[in-house]
Amino acid sequence: MSSCVKRFGRSCASLVSKRGLSTSCIQKDAAVVAENGVKSLNLYSAINQALHIALDTDPRAYVFGEDVGFGGVFRCTTGLADRFGRSRVFNTPLCEQGIVGFGIGLAAMGNRAIAEIQFADYIFPAFDQIVNEAAKFRYRSGNQFNCGGLTIRTPYGAVGHGGHYHSQSPEAFFCHVPGIKVVIPRSPKQAKGLLLSCIRDPNPIVFFEPKWLYRLAVEDVPEDDYMLPLSEAEVIRQGCDITLVGWGAQLSIMEQACLDAEKEGISCELIDLKTLIPWDKETVEASVKKTGRLLISHEAPVTGGFGAEISASIIERCFSRLEAPVARVCGLDTPFPLVFEPFYMPTKNKILDAIKSTVNY
Amino acid sequence: MALSRITSPFRSTNLLIPSILSSLRHRSISNDTTLTIETSIPFTAHNCDAPSRSVETTTSELMSFFRDMVLMRRMEIAADSLYKAKLIRGFCHLYDGQEAVAVGMEAAINSKDCVITAYRDHCTFLCRGGTLIEVFSELMGRKDGCSKGKGGSMHFYRKEGGFYGGHGIVGAQIPLGVGLAFGQKYSKDPNVTFSLYGDGAANQGQLFEALNIAALWDLPAILVCENNHYGMGTAEWRSAKSPAYYKRGDYAPGLKVDGMDVLAVKQACKFAKEHALKNGPLILEMDTYRYHGHSMSDPGSTYRTRDEISGVRQERDPIERVRKLVLAHDIATEKELKDIEKEARKEVDEAIAKAKESQMPDPSDLYTNVYVKGLGVEAFGPDRKEVKATLP
Repeated sequence: MSSCVKRFGRSCASLVSKRGLSTSCIQKDAAVVAENGVKSLNLYSAINQALHIALDTDPRAYVFGEDVGFGGVFRCTTGLADRFGRSRVFNTPLCEQGIVGFGIGLAAMGNRAIAEIQFADYIFPAFDQIVNEAAKFRYRSGNQFNCGGLTIRTPYGAVGHGGHYHSQSPEAFFCHVPGIKVVIPRSPKQAKGLLLSCIRDPNPIVFFEPKWLYRLAVEDVPEDDYMLPLSEAEVIRQGCDITLVGWGAQLSIMEQACLDAEKEGISCELIDLKTLIPWDKETVEASVKKTGRLLISHEAPVTGGFGAEISASIIERCFSRLEAPVARVCGLDTPFPLVFEPFYMPTKNKILDAIKSTVNY
Repeated sequence: MALSRITSPFRSTNLLIPSILSSLRHRSISNDTTLTIETSIPFTAHNCDAPSRSVETTTSELMSFFRDMVLMRRMEIAADSLYKAKLIRGFCHLYDGQEAVAVGMEAAINSKDCVITAYRDHCTFLCRGGTLIEVFSELMGRKDGCSKGKGGSMHFYRKEGGFYGGHGIVGAQIPLGVGLAFGQKYSKDPNVTFSLYGDGAANQGQLFEALNIAALWDLPAILVCENNHYGMGTAEWRSAKSPAYYKRGDYAPGLKVDGMDVLAVKQACKFAKEHALKNGPLILEMDTYRYHGHSMSDPGSTYRTRDEISGVRQERDPIERVRKLVLAHDIATEKELKDIEKEARKEVDEAIAKAKESQMPDPSDLYTNVYVKGLGVEAFGPDRKEVKATLP
């Protein structure tokens, strides 16, 4: 909690933000108890709470991955091994392909296998297992078998100085695979509710956690067991001139751009997609039909990113209502750079610039 | 000059500035004598005959071992400070404690032999002829770095020294090393490839795929498991059914080596090279220890005791072992060794000062080296109004 960036958004800390802003970051301790069973938590603590609940409510749930027995490198699994024992929460060797394959088998026996891949950049050795084994298990066995209990948690995205192999956003690769779901939360409250939904969903899911927000994002999180629906996007800011669609950590950047645009008289509507596949086309479509303009932003490189899919779908559905070309403000088509990270990133100014040029098209 | 340097002129020539203790060097050259020194413990062999424990060395070689390792130790500690001062960004993994592996290996091979490793690569780079300025410039993401500032700590390379990097994903470099070895065999080079990996990576499936290929085609590939006993925060016995990594090649022979004894490493690597050229792959398990945590975000003290670390420092430290040998054979005095350490500190400080003066790469370099030619797209800086990078 040392480096919480002071941002906008909250005027009264005691109120639970109804919008659950990704940007509701206020400098305070990770666990300040407020009234009504609500605690102020950062994102990794919210994930930790969700995992506690998942293991507590289902004796068939297991958590495993590299170093998770000690709490994990991001502290998301703190206390789980002590509370639930080493036969349900355990370290694996450094072998991503083995971790996911093992998880598929465990899930196929009717268990909830919650696997952690330490960084999303390390998920590629497991890509074959996810794409060829997990995603098609149900289909190719004619519904005799499935690994629906499998949830793969993995931290993704930039942290300011992560370099090539600790910063990537590989979500689009997985969005090309029918049979799995891809979910990305934007804030602590969202993370807890969505993770619990993912663990309990009867389909294999890749759950990307925005590692930049692990300590940075703090929000009031209900203490109880709650789930947030998958494949339902959320309008987190109403507006009438342009629709912005994003997910995860990028939403807080987009939100800042919305505020700056507002100062210049542009009213932006901001949508958190939350689930990337299968995604909520209707919410985005309804918004674009209202505003007539669409901007999509993500950290992954622009070419072949999930923004391209959203853009194509919305053009199919709203062609006659669009008043400007769909704008994409994304990572550049380069490997994720080390010293050039500020250039690579889809920053607020880039988004603001694209908002203005789209509105003034 | 050390014997190995005379036989392999490319090696480590940049490691030391010529001014370092010239008086001592004069003495070394004039009085360079051959010594035979017993390794600390015997080698343990799997499916092969272990090499002799008696290692031939020279007084000047011992002095160069001391110098090189002291310099590396100092460099890594300086990198630690620079990281904490936020001058180094990205992920940074330090090698202090493991110096004898890099130095001993280099003493047994030449620059035509290839070396490929993972992300704990600073000292291997230095051994392969890299300079301190290149190291610190790369660590701080500057133009004068060995990867032009584009790689950072985990991605050091030196083509002319046969150093193929510097790889970020655990275990991914091992199959690459086998490919290098095939290239060497195909062109009938009398050379081998050393693929280094940690005990954590030893559990990756890729290792076994690569080993099978290497054994099937008798490739001159040597797999070097630098066993520092912890794969990130997990002790080896927690993650490996058999932590006897030298035996895990099954059909491929293996050798367990005291990786804290630079002479044992040299002997093992010499043996391995001869073996691999004749018979194909071999696994070398270097029993070593890292003093730092896995990376800069790991204090390194949560999964092992401070006593364990200080015990290794006291009893097995690779630099102290050479210091004792030097003193026991009356090659240099304690004061002379202290002076070498002081000199190393000075060299490191000077290199850091120079590296700090090195420029950041040009913004347009963001788009170079993605493909052979430019990307052919327009891109903008953080503020579209201010920066528009020109494409190559």
